[in-house]
Amino acid sequence: MSVSFESLAVGDQLPAADYRITRGRLIRYAGASGDFNPIHWNPRVALEVGLPDVIAHGMLTMATACRVVTDWAGDPAAIVEYSVRFTRTVAVPDDGVGATVGVSAVIGELDAAARTARVDLTVKAAGVTVLGKARAVVRFPSG
Amino acid sequence: MVLDQSFVGRTFSPGEPYVVGVEKIREFASAIGDDNPISHDTAAAQAAGHGGLVAPPTFAIAAVAGAQDAVVFDPALGLDFSRVVHGEQRFVHHRPIIAGDVLLCSVTVDAIRALGSNDVLTLRAELTLPDGTPVTTAVSSLVARGTAS
Repeated sequence: MSVSFESLAVGDQLPAADYRITRGRLIRYAGASGDFNPIHWNPRVALEVGLPDVIAHGMLTMATACRVVTDWAGDPAAIVEYSVRFTRTVAVPDDGVGATVGVSAVIGELDAAARTARVDLTVKAAGVTVLGKARAVVRFPSG
Repeated sequence: MVLDQSFVGRTFSPGEPYVVGVEKIREFASAIGDDNPISHDTAAAQAAGHGGLVAPPTFAIAAVAGAQDAVVFDPALGLDFSRVVHGEQRFVHHRPIIAGDVLLCSVTVDAIRALGSNDVLTLRAELTLPDGTPVTTAVSSLVARGTAS
């Protein structure tokens, strides 16, 4: 772990990040996750069901946002809980740029007995919150 | 309400185990843009005290998806999948998912409730090792838009 539990305080900010999600990334995520729902790669199907464009898998947005936490903690095994609400879809245009997901995170709660930190994430695309109640619990080794 | 309420409380037993592959962890981590060496480099994972590559925190969805599909595509449930969106997702990791793990997945229908004009289906997947050791609890809420009446 690259962070010590004793150094943390409620309200501390984690390093924020912007992540690009392109059509290519959607294809890769479809293959890696096994979620081949065509609304994530086929514009014709997306438009037919009333979406403005192909949209990112909610689970890809969830996974992408968590990179702020794993990059900070250093070890993915330290994340013992992670939960989100999917509040808005993320449209991914085929314009060579794609969508940008902006993630900021703050320490919301510390539990000294369990040596855990709750990290509260704010996740936005095009200025709109796309994940609600996004929270990760990070456990730190003892001593 | 068009969903069959008798599904609430039912648990679907594990089918074939999901075997966590080294390359699958690498593929998943790369797909989400995560270059953490603990998910790519076995020596780095071992140096961090793990028995093998550690899966990213949301990798469990790949291991539970098949078992969840068996429930949501059961015609008796009555779910119109073309109307379904993912409402919420929660993972609780009792231990990390490590390359080489053999995972069994049971799925329980925790709730079916109407919320406005929508039906909300809550599924709880429990991933365990063959000896019963708990690995991950994954709770998914699926929203069927406009199906409640």
